[in-house]
Amino acid sequence: MASEAVYSHRDPMLKKRDDFEDILEERRNSSDLRYALRCYTPVLYKGMTPCKANTLKSMVLQSNQLRYVISQVSKETGRATDDVREDALAILEEMAHSLQLSTVRFFAFTLSKVFKTLFRSICVNEEGIQRLQQAIQEHPVVLLPSHRSYMDFLLMSYILYTYDLALPVIAAGMDFMGMKFVGEMLRMSGAFFIRRSFGGDKLYWSVFSEYVKTMLKNGFAPVEFFLEGTRSRTAKSLTPKLGLLNIVMDPFFKGEVYDVSVVPVSISYERILEEALYAREMLGVPKPKESTSGLFKARKVLSEDYGSIHVYFGQPVSVRSLAQGRVNRCQFNLVPRHIPGKPSEEIQNFVNDTAYRLVRAQEENMVLKPWVLLASLLLQNHHQNQTAGQERGIALDELTAQAVWLRDVSREYGAFLNWPGVMTPSEVVSSSLSLHRGLVRICEGRVQLAVEQTGTGEPHGAVTPEEELLSQAVVVLSCASYRNQALHVFIRPALLASAIHAASSNQKQEVFNSFSFLRNMFSNEFILCPGATVQDFEEACYLLVKTRALQVTQQEVLVTERGQRTLAFLTSMLDPFLQGYQVICRFLCEEVADTLTEKQFIPAVRKFIVKHLLAGRLRYTEVLSSDLQKNALAALLRLGAVRKIKGAEPGTLKVNAVMVNSLEDTLGGKLPMQKAVSARL
Amino acid sequence: MDPLPPFTNTEAAWRPNSGSSSSSDRQRIAQQRLRIIAGHLQRSEDGDSSSTVLLAAECKAQESQKTAEEKTVPRKRHEIMKWNGWGYSDSRFLFNKKGQAEFTGKRYRLSGMIIPGLKDWFEGTFGASLQHKTPATPVLTSSSVPPPTLNEAFVEELKSTGIPFSLEAEDRVFRAHGHCLHEIFALREGKFGRVPDMVVWPNCHNDVVKIVELACKHNEGTSVSSALECPPEETRSIVSLDTSQMNRILWIDEKNLTAHVEAGIVGQDLERLLNESGYCTGHEPDSMEFSSLGGWVATRASGMKKNIYGNIEDLVVHIKMVTPQGVIEKSCQGPRMSTGPDIHHFIMGSEGTLGVVTEVTMKIRPMPEYQKYGSVVFPNFEQGVACLREVAKQRCAPASIRLMDNEQFKFGHALKPQVSSIFTSFLDGLKKFYITKFKGFDPNHLCVATLLFEGDREKVLQHEKQVYDIAAKFGGLAAGEDNGQRGYMLTFVIAYLRDLGMDYYVIGESFETSVPWDRVLDICRNVKARIVAECKDKGVQFSPLSTCRVTQTYDAGACVYFYFAFNYRGLSDPVHVYEQVEHAAREEILANGGSLSHHHGVGKLRKEWMRDTVSNVGMGMLKSVKDYVDPKNIFGNRNLL
Repeated sequence: MASEAVYSHRDPMLKKRDDFEDILEERRNSSDLRYALRCYTPVLYKGMTPCKANTLKSMVLQSNQLRYVISQVSKETGRATDDVREDALAILEEMAHSLQLSTVRFFAFTLSKVFKTLFRSICVNEEGIQRLQQAIQEHPVVLLPSHRSYMDFLLMSYILYTYDLALPVIAAGMDFMGMKFVGEMLRMSGAFFIRRSFGGDKLYWSVFSEYVKTMLKNGFAPVEFFLEGTRSRTAKSLTPKLGLLNIVMDPFFKGEVYDVSVVPVSISYERILEEALYAREMLGVPKPKESTSGLFKARKVLSEDYGSIHVYFGQPVSVRSLAQGRVNRCQFNLVPRHIPGKPSEEIQNFVNDTAYRLVRAQEENMVLKPWVLLASLLLQNHHQNQTAGQERGIALDELTAQAVWLRDVSREYGAFLNWPGVMTPSEVVSSSLSLHRGLVRICEGRVQLAVEQTGTGEPHGAVTPEEELLSQAVVVLSCASYRNQALHVFIRPALLASAIHAASSNQKQEVFNSFSFLRNMFSNEFILCPGATVQDFEEACYLLVKTRALQVTQQEVLVTERGQRTLAFLTSMLDPFLQGYQVICRFLCEEVADTLTEKQFIPAVRKFIVKHLLAGRLRYTEVLSSDLQKNALAALLRLGAVRKIKGAEPGTLKVNAVMVNSLEDTLGGKLPMQKAVSARL
Repeated sequence: MDPLPPFTNTEAAWRPNSGSSSSSDRQRIAQQRLRIIAGHLQRSEDGDSSSTVLLAAECKAQESQKTAEEKTVPRKRHEIMKWNGWGYSDSRFLFNKKGQAEFTGKRYRLSGMIIPGLKDWFEGTFGASLQHKTPATPVLTSSSVPPPTLNEAFVEELKSTGIPFSLEAEDRVFRAHGHCLHEIFALREGKFGRVPDMVVWPNCHNDVVKIVELACKHNEGTSVSSALECPPEETRSIVSLDTSQMNRILWIDEKNLTAHVEAGIVGQDLERLLNESGYCTGHEPDSMEFSSLGGWVATRASGMKKNIYGNIEDLVVHIKMVTPQGVIEKSCQGPRMSTGPDIHHFIMGSEGTLGVVTEVTMKIRPMPEYQKYGSVVFPNFEQGVACLREVAKQRCAPASIRLMDNEQFKFGHALKPQVSSIFTSFLDGLKKFYITKFKGFDPNHLCVATLLFEGDREKVLQHEKQVYDIAAKFGGLAAGEDNGQRGYMLTFVIAYLRDLGMDYYVIGESFETSVPWDRVLDICRNVKARIVAECKDKGVQFSPLSTCRVTQTYDAGACVYFYFAFNYRGLSDPVHVYEQVEHAAREEILANGGSLSHHHGVGKLRKEWMRDTVSNVGMGMLKSVKDYVDPKNIFGNRNLL
């Protein structure tokens, strides 16, 4: 019951979703200044009055937990408790937010101006807002937005301000702090800053967790953070990080609050501001350090059209009802609750499971624009043409017909597709293409990816093949990031399609084994709930049978005539990933000496891939994505095919060549997929 | 009111004339009681010719210190007490023709008074209406009680011992239940499950020995003390052993300050008789009107004034219990012994599964010279709990200190009797104005602690000051003796009030737990919220009353008492809903670090959590004791394990 509240597998077509309202519309018709200065009186948890930032700090410093840890650290290090307390205070000063209404009003004004320039509309589901308002009054609330852009958290606060809801405090990465003035502005609009890594630092962890819990328990403000930990550069959801989720659930486990409401929020951008930036980053152009001047350089983005944003506030999820029957809260009875301890396995599993379900809940309410479908089709077309050496591109009306087909399929799979009903399909297609004109080119009625450097002028003097490859890859990766937005809709059927393709027979068990192998292989790549292999398999079968692409009997899985097209589409969707993982396996077998460290892995593998791409031995430019490379390495580490050893340098990789080799062969279909079977049907 | 079925030591009865009342009061009530009992005796003499009850044989071994006329509990309990509700038949709440609440009878301070605020509170809190009544079946129809299953050989041999017994329906029904909601609810509808097949009244320890021997010989199921819920699957004949006639103080030892007492004596008699000699035990569970010494021992009872006198385990010096294996007792009365695990602790809390407690030696104290009630108003419950914690930390708790939450404060307020003079009502208004307007307390958050001090006059006053000083640090304001006394009165009326509620679609119950100090606030909040959420979830149409109070303080924690009641109009199976909610509330208690019970015991209601509570090995220990002491399960009430 409880789990269905977050994400239900059954017929996705039946999902009921709320309608959207455009909040920019009113901004275009009335004064921004008046809006920024209007009376703001949000309702708070149990009618609490918000507490001053300083009161909050002293509450944290005086908490039992922190006092305990301070004395522990002082005993361990031999330093005076007062010194350690000074440290704790310093950490707190560095971390704490200083939410001020005046700053929020400033942002309300400027963001109104910026948003109106950048976006056509910002659509919010108002029913979700009402549910949130209700939830805030009843229980402490945690907001979990998806993270695709820097915009996200300002946008969230902007929306909550607009609807007169309590402003959240937001966990932000310390890198923002580098931007001096902006960092402080963000702090004053409710951000608090945490270091990216503080693994061993007991004191830091203690200050941090107590700070978050104090805010949450007392209901001073909703706590907001990003489950994915960082912005997803690929538009795919990232494997959730569990630390903060654990912290916000802790007060419930320990009985300090009756319940905690967790609200997944899905923010979908029609065009991502950081589009090309992300692609470059993944290709090895390092991420520019956040700096204020960098932000001003980004000004030119202001002159472009970024389409619309959809923000969907999901159903609040009660941690209590999720934990019902799964977590025995009695486990905290025998130790004072303020003594920090490692969460039990039961709790870790529960938090991990919940995190995946919440990310899926985010995915589920992501709004997909027609362009997402077009990008998928164009990418596949791009790669097919490349090999077949046919005429470049695809005819516009052909593209339109395919898009309409894909629209219907994706709807059947439960995609939250925002396909304008008032326009004809060809109007929809051409308006989508024109918004993304940086990525596509229409030439003589044929549409193709804008991979060749043309138009702007004379050929550059010294363009090496590698440079050309990388510049093509920027377009491909940008395009792929739009296709990725739809991956969560297709991933389970796609895994099944690939499994059928790879399996040596139509035997259901055989197909399941393949499915299970692939799913296991890609579980760092896509959001696949741990331990849900059978459910995922059944869901995939259900969808494909429903769309009459497949017939599943007791024993066999048969592809129907009409299913060929669907399955071909689905397998091609997964193909770049399959090839990527294979090539990484090959790299590890062929190239790696004993000295490769984790740090050197990405540059080395990139060099290897570039070489093979230039030689024409690889089809997909996409495998240049460092995201894919990292995920593959993580998967191999998880499967034990590669191990991290403490060699001369930390993080030296030790490759189990036999295993990596056989994984590569299995991925390539040269070996039957039996080894990784984790469950039987 | 109490969920514990088998014993009468339920924590929800009023102590008649609590300490402060004058001796003339006491006399008046004693006389009144004599009249009732005289009447009762008359009737029972009349009945003797035709009834099956046998006359009691003189018990030679024992020396009786008091005459039969002083007994509070007659053999025929139903002649002075309700068979399908709480307490004395003459005392009950009702709404009179004008729609005002009044309390009938003459036994209590509130008796014969009009309580003007109750109707509004009742209707407001529960959404109940005086138009919608659910009256109880007025009389017990003997024909609807299943006939007794008898073991003829046992009955014959019992007759030959001369110990009185009865097979009458009234007697058997009265002893077939405790005061759990589902039990009373069924009785009000005139429904009976498995009832005992016969009731026996032993007169002394030796009688009990004989009965238990006979029961072992004939493999009868026996149950001790007062009534209990009979296991429906029990096929053997069930004998209910009513120890109410074993109610003598056998001796008082003034040198060692101990008294040796028969275990059937009820609390009020024990206290009254000791008072006549200038002593008291100080053990005052809220149910002391009706609960017996043996019951206290069997459930590990706790008294209101435990801060001075201790709980039952602190008060008991020596216990004699008849088991199927023979009599268990210690050989001396040393105040503390290191002789392996204390065998008293097998007996205390055994809930009638091992044998019959027949005689107990208890500590006694000289009667306190001076008693004083008091009360403190706090701006909110959090402050109140913090104050109680500080009082416990400084180990200066008065004889009793209890903290009621806001809902109970309002409830207490609704129970104020009609004031006679304009002056008093003016004064009340002034007080209210001072607290809410001048001191800025929110009437929807403030809560009250009630206090009872006891000892010699000077020390009481000193002690009082110390406690009020601590209270002041937590924002507490002294709120007078009267409020304190009324707070304690609430404890008893709430048991009678349940019967009133049940006349109007309202059912409810109380339950308790003990919990470490750092969890008190959390458990109170979460359990109350859970009750509300579960009621909503189970389709209860009206918001329930969900309230709590902290009733005892210890060094390391406190005892918390919850009350929960709701209007069940529109529900097809209210008792089932009630049970589901209570079950959920208990789960919530356990999840928040509370114990399974502070003093109510386990019975059958909470058995399912015993294993988790005491671990597998602990269960095995208890089971092996039961297996040795009572291998044939003669004491077959199936409590605890």
